[in-house]
Amino acid sequence: MDSFFQGAALIVLLNVAASAIRIFIGPSRADRMMGAQLVGTGGVAILILLSLAGARPAVLDVALLLALLAAFAAVAFVKSVSPGGAGDPEEEA
Amino acid sequence: MIADVASCLTVSFGLFFFLAGTVGLLRFPDVHSRLHALTKADNLGLGFIVIAAAFQAADVWTVFKLLAVWLFTVAAAATAAQLVARAALSACQTEEPNR
Repeated sequence: MDSFFQGAALIVLLNVAASAIRIFIGPSRADRMMGAQLVGTGGVAILILLSLAGARPAVLDVALLLALLAAFAAVAFVKSVSPGGAGDPEEEA
Repeated sequence: MIADVASCLTVSFGLFFFLAGTVGLLRFPDVHSRLHALTKADNLGLGFIVIAAAFQAADVWTVFKLLAVWLFTVAAAATAAQLVARAALSACQTEEPNR
């Protein structure tokens, strides 16, 4: 059972690695941000699978923390592309 | 034993949706369809993995923690998808004269 969960974590890790292709080729900044978002989601999934594989409940707390913090990257991105830096995409420059 | 079989099944479902989301992210033609693949398929895959972990959980507290992880991720993905989609609109406003 442990090795099954470890293999599943490895497959999710390969998905995250594939998202690096999208980060590399772009073409827009939003595309690169999406690759980073997949790293967040995939990271949470990997941590959950690893907490199952080793029966280590502490890893689940790390997954909870990553789920909380992964949202901030996208918010920072939207703030950077909005004209006044306020984070409102509909804002008139 | 039953829990192990259920976990294997739901992890397999989750991996399938993760794979579908990654393929969509890499192969869809424009920003908004890629965003659609990423924020829906991948979080569904994460939801299946959370269900698999809940089958293996030792106590109810762990199940609630897993539920919290999934709810945070889904709320963040929905918000981020909306914001990134609107931020990406400025790049393709040439075919949107109604704004």
